[in-house]
Amino acid sequence: MSPVTRVVLAEDGVLLREGLVGLLDRFGFTVVAAVGDADALVAAAAEQQPDLVVTDVRMPPDFTDEGLRAAVRLRHDRPELAVVVLSQYVRPGYAAELLESGDGQRVGYLLKDRVVDVAEFAAVLHQVVAGGTVVDPEVVRHLLRRRRDPLARLSVRERDVLALIAEGRSNASIARALVVSEAAVGKHVGSILAKLDLPPTEDTNRRVLAVLAYLGSGAGSSAD
Amino acid sequence: MLTDESRNPMENGPTTPLESLRQRRFLISAWPWRSLGYLLTTALVAAAVGVPWLILGTPWLFALHRLTSGGFQPVESRLGVVLFGTLLGAVLIAVCGPLIGLPVAALERRRLRLISTRPVESGHARVREPGPWPWLRTRYTEAATWRAVGYTFLLVTAAPLLYGAVLLVPLLILTLLAAPFLVADGSGPFEIGRITIDSAASARWAALVGLLLFPLVPYLLALLAGAHGAVARLLLHRGADDRLRAELVEVAHSRARLVDAFESERRRIERDLHDGAQQRLVSLTLQLGLARLDLPAESPAAGPLATAHEQAKQAMVELREIIHGIHPQILTERGLPAALAELADRCPIPVTVQGDLSGRLPGHLEAATYFVVAEALTNAARHSAATGVRVDLARQDGQLTVRISDDGHGGADPAHGTGLTGLADRLAAVGGRMLLSSPPGGPTLLQVELPCPR
Repeated sequence: MSPVTRVVLAEDGVLLREGLVGLLDRFGFTVVAAVGDADALVAAAAEQQPDLVVTDVRMPPDFTDEGLRAAVRLRHDRPELAVVVLSQYVRPGYAAELLESGDGQRVGYLLKDRVVDVAEFAAVLHQVVAGGTVVDPEVVRHLLRRRRDPLARLSVRERDVLALIAEGRSNASIARALVVSEAAVGKHVGSILAKLDLPPTEDTNRRVLAVLAYLGSGAGSSAD
Repeated sequence: MLTDESRNPMENGPTTPLESLRQRRFLISAWPWRSLGYLLTTALVAAAVGVPWLILGTPWLFALHRLTSGGFQPVESRLGVVLFGTLLGAVLIAVCGPLIGLPVAALERRRLRLISTRPVESGHARVREPGPWPWLRTRYTEAATWRAVGYTFLLVTAAPLLYGAVLLVPLLILTLLAAPFLVADGSGPFEIGRITIDSAASARWAALVGLLLFPLVPYLLALLAGAHGAVARLLLHRGADDRLRAELVEVAHSRARLVDAFESERRRIERDLHDGAQQRLVSLTLQLGLARLDLPAESPAAGPLATAHEQAKQAMVELREIIHGIHPQILTERGLPAALAELADRCPIPVTVQGDLSGRLPGHLEAATYFVVAEALTNAARHSAATGVRVDLARQDGQLTVRISDDGHGGADPAHGTGLTGLADRLAAVGGRMLLSSPPGGPTLLQVELPCPR
């Protein structure tokens, strides 16, 4: 991570945009552009070549998913670009699309309301810039609530572990969170990957694939 | 506008030639002349309509010709041609008949004013949407159109025969009157029936008889015009059922408009809250969060500020719920299946949503369905002690059917303020209905049926 993290911010609400600029400044990010729609976001990203893009999903002109589309496009052009997308409500399909863009790393998908917990939000941004993958716990809970979950084969413990993986945590961090040994976490992860039929290969991040399978299961059963 | 059919026609003078016949002043009133005008113009109209109608009728005439000619050949050998001709004629008339019948009917309604002092109004419904297709759909499916076609048919078939038969009498009387002149100009004797008029004397007698019979002529004219007018009014004036149906359609339309307006108003409120109050509240909470960061923990303001931050967060959650209740964003953005899936997720008991709805439904249908399912799931979770709920969606034959069934202990009663009554009203306003079966001991089945045009 470069000493200065340059950020392009896209949010159509003027007040919230100002607030977010203040928050980013406060936590040591450098906001190089703050815009109000997806086209301006794409233009600013092309011009500024930022390290991180933070964008709202719903923006003018149509208020559908322009922000997400722009983010996925930007990631497609520059897979190393860190992107955090803020969504009004939980939609696993969005998270899946983001994770599928680039190498599935350096992406974050959060509910918009999370920004008010400023310290946690800033921590997530740093985590994403550092190469992490963060998916809002609400998305994870949402998927676990589905009864026709293809992940039903997983044990409760394995689901906890997978949910933490989906939050972009390392094995060590998961071990601390669940108060178990790191070896035990490793065993759980192996078992999850086996149950999800993800063979070990050199060039794919199996943890992200697990999260994707996990998210895809939710995305597949909703009308995306 | 209602016409008062029950008033005494003699109070304000006759309204039709038939009524005028009973008046003593008939012969010096305008009615004979009005009748004459009507009959003469009828001849013009019938002649003009006869041409296109004859073209439409050609296959029938041909079939008739084949059926009646052909000497001693068995009929079976000609049946194919006859059937084909008949069918083709029927298709032609079904397709083109209204295109002739409608303008003719409009003209005839105007012409009817010659011999009718009561207003004549068309029984056609108003076409609400612009463009040719809605017009054709409305016109080809209403009774008034086909009555107009029937009238046009009578105008070129029965009317000439009737006119011919009735007008023979005035023609005879006029001939009698003209007898002296006809004999005088040396065209020699002529016969009327069995009577031969060959001298000035017999011609004078004939003229006298003609003169005595002459007052019959206006009566006959009025009788014929009156009879024609009565048939025309019967077929072309809008009947009570037409009016009622038109008004019902009108009422249904206005209710649907009201519901649409209500729905778009809800969406507007949702948008305004989302773009205004909600944004402001999120930004306020964010600012409070930022303020907390820079306030040392031992500061006296730290406690109240933390409380304010928490309360603002709580207010955010509540406002989000309120907005969701007014009009779920997910419904606007992604349609019914996604919104129902989300409802299922939020429900404390397991819910299965089945059914495939391709494409978006009209907004008011989506909203009506969504809120019914939401209410049903709330009730099931709250009162039924069910362990599972199924929501089935099906869309076929222009109807959307939503069934919500649970395995709870039943006993749901719309009369006990479960909120279902209000929803049933809401459904009724968009032309839908709700059926509820919930015997004590369960299971409960709620079925919603909504008209859902493709």
